Amino acid sequence: MSMQTGLATSTTQLRTYAPATDVSVAAPAPRLEIARATPVTAHRNPRTEPGPIRLVIIALAIAFLSIFVVLPLVVVFASAFSKGVVAYFAALAEPEALAAIKLTLLVAAISVTLNLVFGVVAAWAISKFEFTGKTFLITLIDLPFSVSPVISGLVFVLLFGAQGYFGPWLQAHNVHILFAVPGIALATIFVTFPFVARALIPLMQEQGTQEEEAAISLGASGLQTFFRVTLPNIKWGLLYGVLLCNARAMGEFGAVSVVSGHIRGETNTMPLLVEILYNEYQFVASFAIASLLAMLALITLVAKTILERRLDEAEVPDGD
Amino acid sequence: MAIEVKNIVKRFGSFAALDNVDLKVADGELLALLGPSGSGKTTLLRIIAGLDWPDSGEVAIDGENALSRGASERQVGFVFQHYALFRHMTVFENVAFGLRVQPRAIRKDEATIRARVKNLLDLVQLDWLANRYPSQLSGGQRQRIALARALAIEPRILLLDEPFGALDAKVRKELRQWLRSLHNEIHVTSIFVTHDQEEALEVANRVVVMDKGKIEQIGSPGDVYDNPATAFVHGFIGESIVLPVDVAGDAVRLDGRPLNIPALGAASGAAKLFVRRHDMAVGPAGTGALEGAIRHVRSFGPIQRAEVALSGSEGKTVIEIDAPRDRELQAGEIVSLQPRRYRIFAAQ
Repeated sequence: MSMQTGLATSTTQLRTYAPATDVSVAAPAPRLEIARATPVTAHRNPRTEPGPIRLVIIALAIAFLSIFVVLPLVVVFASAFSKGVVAYFAALAEPEALAAIKLTLLVAAISVTLNLVFGVVAAWAISKFEFTGKTFLITLIDLPFSVSPVISGLVFVLLFGAQGYFGPWLQAHNVHILFAVPGIALATIFVTFPFVARALIPLMQEQGTQEEEAAISLGASGLQTFFRVTLPNIKWGLLYGVLLCNARAMGEFGAVSVVSGHIRGETNTMPLLVEILYNEYQFVASFAIASLLAMLALITLVAKTILERRLDEAEVPDGD
Repeated sequence: MAIEVKNIVKRFGSFAALDNVDLKVADGELLALLGPSGSGKTTLLRIIAGLDWPDSGEVAIDGENALSRGASERQVGFVFQHYALFRHMTVFENVAFGLRVQPRAIRKDEATIRARVKNLLDLVQLDWLANRYPSQLSGGQRQRIALARALAIEPRILLLDEPFGALDAKVRKELRQWLRSLHNEIHVTSIFVTHDQEEALEVANRVVVMDKGKIEQIGSPGDVYDNPATAFVHGFIGESIVLPVDVAGDAVRLDGRPLNIPALGAASGAAKLFVRRHDMAVGPAGTGALEGAIRHVRSFGPIQRAEVALSGSEGKTVIEIDAPRDRELQAGEIVSLQPRRYRIFAAQ
């Protein structure tokens, strides 16, 4: 190809690309490739795949999500209602089911409340102060995420079990932790600890300490500063963390299974009861409880989306 | 209110941010703390405000020990470089904050608070922004709101940490003049920190020049410019020509050649000669202390700036001088240079 055609092509290229800088064109403005003299028709956004490939990729993603996420969800509800609405509500009204629901709500209430407090304290310490061992603390907060929940449960058996470190003492004083509500709550707290702290740390780090300093110099007390400045600034992040924490607390199976002891009507949470009923071939009852958990997941998902939007708005950079 | 700072020492690890600093600020003054970054000026300001604590030393506000009180009890207005406005509150609520958090016993009623906030917004000429949020304001507007917020608590002293540092040049200039006239109006003792010499000289009554945790000089803007006390101040404020010289008795030598200027009492030994660019008189060859060849001339406004390669240095020492445009200089011309005013400081 001669120099001349090369030049001619690049001028055309310039002209064809000109509208791409317009904001209304969704694709990012491509770089001008003056040196490459290829036919005009072949010019396209270098980041866009050809049509057929694009379709295949999108189809794959949808197919995968349908098979692995949507289908199971549909199956849960279909099985729950397979013997009709009456059977569904009858299954939920069983004393055992009601006890499981109550226990789950209780454990979630305890662990979310405590983790709300611990999470704010940990995030506060990490984001607002400098101290030795800070990195270690951040790593430690992530530990419950990286350890298998079964091991989390076993830790408590090791501590409070009959053969555990504190077991004999607890037995002597008639304190029940394992195979009782305290044990289940402890295991749940351990597993769900990271959620609130994780949601807050980046947010609080980004916001820094200047607004707090301003509040204090204006005469606000520590409590006033927290409730009037810090809390409003982190409220959406806090809600986000609480939401995820709650979802996990209600749905936790592994850790709770180890410490619960599966005492019917007493120490079975909803996820544990689902398994027991399933193993006893009570499919409608099992899936009825499961459908409640699935609904919790759906509500969480919607709330999470709304909160994420709020968070984005709250994080509008404070620049000029 | 007067401020007195005595023997303040502050270390961050092994780094001495403040090294035995003493400072007295008179009632109603507008004082600038001027220095390069890391000179300790912001640390000093934060210690006076109670946002940082010294390792040792004393701070007194109006004769009263300030270190026994926390920041919230000092009644000190503080303005931050990045405004630090409460992002979830309207402009009005930002300004009202200091009044709303007062202890119940002395808190004003709602009508009084509203009236006071309105007055302050009028004072900073932004009453029309009362219902906006900080993210909807420009940088200059934000800083004026931050100032109104700090003034709401009727501060005994006002401290401003690089108040114009985050603004663009034009807004910065406007706000400087505005701060000056505001201070003339309300007369609260104010200290502002800046690394911009022009800002310090233009706004302050007195300038405190700091470097490496120590105060180098305290004086009026004219004083620190015309009579710099140390080599650092001479180099930091205004543009200076610096030449390495030797002092022996009253004789000054550059590269072994005598300069025929008195040593002005400088100690014998290695020293540095400081001359302002415009204090170097240009004359015909053979008439001045120094001689050199003009390499390049640029003219703008009332001056012409010439690069001169000094003779006897094999063209290695090149200085820039500002000459009036009464006689156009030519590149290649050999001229003599005579310092009209200069200072000699012993080399460290």
